[in-house]
Amino acid sequence: MSSDITAMTTPEPASHGNEAALGKILPPIYRGPGDRVFKILILVMSAAIIFLALGTGIILWLEGMPSFQAYGYWDFLVGTQWDPIAKIHGAWPFIIGTIVSSLGAIALALIPAIAVAIFVTEFAPKWLANFINYTLDLLAAIPSVVIGLWAIFNFAPIIREFILFPIFRWAEANATWLLPIIGPDGPSVYNLVSSTIILALMIVPYTVALARDAIHLVPREQREAAWALGATRWEVMEMAVLPYASSGIIAGVLLSLARALGETMAVAMLIGNSNRLPFTLFGPAATMPSVIINEFREAVEPLHLTSLMAVGFYLFLITIIMNFAATFIQKRLIKGRAL
Amino acid sequence: MNLKLRYLRGNILQGLSVVLTAMVVIPLVIIIVFVVVNGIGAMSVDFFTQELGSPARAMQGKPTGLVAAVVGTFIIDLIGLAIALPFGIATGILMSEFPDHPFAPIARILVSTLNGMPAVLMGLMAYALVVKNTGGFSAISGAVALSFIMVPIIARTTESVLRITPWVLREVGLSLGLPRWRVTLSLVFPAARAGIITGILLAFARAAGEAAPLLLTSFGNNYLSFKLTEPMDSLPQRLYSLAISPYKQWHTLGWGGAIILLLFVMITFFIGRAVVGSLEKRAQTLNQIKQEEKTNE
Repeated sequence: MSSDITAMTTPEPASHGNEAALGKILPPIYRGPGDRVFKILILVMSAAIIFLALGTGIILWLEGMPSFQAYGYWDFLVGTQWDPIAKIHGAWPFIIGTIVSSLGAIALALIPAIAVAIFVTEFAPKWLANFINYTLDLLAAIPSVVIGLWAIFNFAPIIREFILFPIFRWAEANATWLLPIIGPDGPSVYNLVSSTIILALMIVPYTVALARDAIHLVPREQREAAWALGATRWEVMEMAVLPYASSGIIAGVLLSLARALGETMAVAMLIGNSNRLPFTLFGPAATMPSVIINEFREAVEPLHLTSLMAVGFYLFLITIIMNFAATFIQKRLIKGRAL
Repeated sequence: MNLKLRYLRGNILQGLSVVLTAMVVIPLVIIIVFVVVNGIGAMSVDFFTQELGSPARAMQGKPTGLVAAVVGTFIIDLIGLAIALPFGIATGILMSEFPDHPFAPIARILVSTLNGMPAVLMGLMAYALVVKNTGGFSAISGAVALSFIMVPIIARTTESVLRITPWVLREVGLSLGLPRWRVTLSLVFPAARAGIITGILLAFARAAGEAAPLLLTSFGNNYLSFKLTEPMDSLPQRLYSLAISPYKQWHTLGWGGAIILLLFVMITFFIGRAVVGSLEKRAQTLNQIKQEEKTNE
């Protein structure tokens, strides 16, 4: 009975030609319907991943459609005004806020992250390396809201009092040209700089983990060659290891950047949610995720709601491009190693 | 540059890397200490038995607590897990047991992309799919949003756990004449059980800490509710509301919520580490035995 069923469903996709050929020699138990059913079931269920990945894009696009139709794709993207009451929506302030805060965060996080990766892989004794890896992974696991809560009540007030105010007073007295950049009104409690620092802290674990992996991939011969040339410990690092690991580190930076772009809660709690350009470093700002969180629940106008969806669609596009780019670099890297 | 200078330069940069490492690790310790110190003060019997109620209730010093949020988190998360589980596990099986299927590499790329996707987008998607079609914010829409987040996590951990399950096991099963589905379900799965459960636990913990999607779907509720079709409270989303509220008493409650979330995440983290570590050790010893056998031949 079971062999009849397989005989009826012989047309196989080209890539399974081998299996079809084997089917003639294999005992009947392998030709039973069980495996076929199992495989189809698995395939159908895992198609949910496609639905999730592509569906998110399509649904956000459809939901944002009224806004796209009202303002146009490009004009919505570069529109500098976001005024739900006047029904003018442009995503540019949030694009700017997102780019500034995440690029700032990666700039702050990059050098410490590479330093940690070097220290952990090359210099630290094993127990210390394990401890550091453990704590960093734990840091990555702490919910964003908890970090946001800490930042609101402990971090932001302290930073404002002891770092931002002194800088502001100094700038007022000695460098008035700085004021338009850092904000002429003085530092507010919720501002761009403190959220950028928190963002940097939150992405460090990712950057470290990815840089660490890249350094681990460097073959031993590479180091030995440098040692043999008489390089010191550090010179081995900078002559042989880091150049070799650089493309992996770049992929890691892209992935961390994607994390930073999408980091929502801590930023939404800290950044102060101002929709008006120009943003200043010590003043409130907004990012794409933060505006969604802060305004979505209060959005009553249909156009406001669809505009937030449209912002979400652009956020989706950015993160997916960054992720694909990073995956592409990593793939090329692994392929290069295999040769 | 003579050798002495080169060593000096190396030592300075090495020292710098130590300093920078400390700069990265210390904030974590500070966060944990602050959350624990502030959170302990908020712990009381009321915290676990009372509803939050209106702000006036806290201002007048009446007992308030977060029972609604704690209960709601578990309800929403468990439903989300139930939805996500079959899809996540199936994708994990596809990626590890059918590696030559043309869909497997695509699934792998999509899973890693989804893992890097901001959770707030999953919230927007659940809003569009569930909230809009059912006519209002509801616990069930929150569960759907969380399941979107859990699927890729479960898929990835399932894949990695199945991969470190020794191949010998599959070979033994196949050599006994078992079909592949029996090998997967009756041999590989039991061997990888601890790891898969840990992966599920990690996905659960990660979703339990997500506030963004729940703010857009299950919305929050100051009172205890068990109705799945109505707004329901959850810890992370409540934490956000408490933190940005102007009331001092609510801030204290927020710290209490934070310590619960943090404890939960840390416990699952350590369990996960222990289990994955022991599984990897087993895989390593098996590989070693194999190697030794080969050299003995």
